[in-house]
Amino acid sequence: MLTTATRTLVRPAVARLAARRFAAPAGSASVHTLPDLPYAYNALEPHIAEDIMKLHHQKHHQTYVTGLNAAEESYAKTSTPKERIKLQAALKFNGGGHINHTLFWKNLAPESAGGGKLESGPLKSAIEADFGSVDAFIKKMNATTAAIQGSGWGWLGYNPETKKLEIVTTPNQDPLLSHTPVLGIDIWEHAFYLQYKNVKADYLNAIWNVINWKEAESRFLEAKQ
Amino acid sequence: MAAAATGQHKLPDLPYPYDALEPFISRQIMELHHKKHHQTYVNALNAAEVSYSKASTPKERIALQAALKFNGGGEYSDAFIKLAWHINHTLFWQNLAGAASEGKGSGGALKDGPLKKAIDETFGSFDNFKKEFTTTTAGIQGSGWGWLGVNPQNKRLEITTTPNQDPLLTHAPVIGVDVWEHAFYLQYLNVKADYLNAIWNVINFEEAEKRYLAAVGK
Repeated sequence: MLTTATRTLVRPAVARLAARRFAAPAGSASVHTLPDLPYAYNALEPHIAEDIMKLHHQKHHQTYVTGLNAAEESYAKTSTPKERIKLQAALKFNGGGHINHTLFWKNLAPESAGGGKLESGPLKSAIEADFGSVDAFIKKMNATTAAIQGSGWGWLGYNPETKKLEIVTTPNQDPLLSHTPVLGIDIWEHAFYLQYKNVKADYLNAIWNVINWKEAESRFLEAKQ
Repeated sequence: MAAAATGQHKLPDLPYPYDALEPFISRQIMELHHKKHHQTYVNALNAAEVSYSKASTPKERIALQAALKFNGGGEYSDAFIKLAWHINHTLFWQNLAGAASEGKGSGGALKDGPLKKAIDETFGSFDNFKKEFTTTTAGIQGSGWGWLGVNPQNKRLEITTTPNQDPLLTHAPVIGVDVWEHAFYLQYLNVKADYLNAIWNVINFEEAEKRYLAAVGK
């Protein structure tokens, strides 16, 4: 049994040892990387132009990845609540941008790989149950997404509480937290402007030709478990 | 706005031809921005007001008044946003002018006078002001506007931003810069910083000074 005196001497040393064992090595914020697209840049033509896909992936999404890494690196060096709070906006914006775009590339697919085709199955049945028909769902999704005042995302999400599919939106690069994302549509102007200019509605009609319904169904089934 | 009740808002003509702000803002952008984006919201605003003016019962009128006004809870009504589109863009066209450096107008030239003096006093120098404005505006995380405005409480020039199409209510607008992607994407693509540096060449400081003097009560 250690005397009180000895324990007092040992305590800080033990604490330091514990800290070394359990803390991450200094400067080890995780390094995020830009995921490759699952298809060529021109694969979603004519519905989403190659030049949009290149800029959107190599510039916009890359910038979020770079920004997220920088924000996390800064965060790893913080020691006060105030410093951490100051970094919240950068973490949310860049983190959300990275999450959202990563989901987006995967929920698109070339027509040759099944883009635009919703086969009979659990997702189709759920959409029909919750929206009446697939057409009615698409109409509502487009109207809701087009109505976003500014930049943002339209989502088909699974509500874990109501156990229903619901259409929700998030502003700017806010990630979808209230629902499990099944499908996301980027309605920031950079997502369509070079090709569709101000005619947002044309983009929203065209994108359904390249929606990856298989990926959407796989997310839906996982969410339902 | 007496015309408001009857949906008579008009798209204001640009004070210059569509190519006047070249090479800093392309003709293609100016045409789309004015004839499509701004026009669409003038039409939508008029349609909303006409339908609102058809309200006949007190209950309907009260409901529609609420729809037209600022909701106060931090969220703006759909109709108010349409009005804000119109206001913001009307201010914008007027605070741009063909570049003096191109011999196309007075754009970009801040002459000695009360506005220059106030900028120098507030920001240290014209260059410091431009740098701060550019940085602040580039920092908007989404769509929005960068503003130089006069704070009505202390009459000082301040740089501020508004998100999305929110109107500037806290300050008297002196200069507004649209950073929605439609304002620059066709020409500058993702490089927002280049647009923000270029636009200084076409800022109408004469108009800005008029607004400044009106705001400080001279």
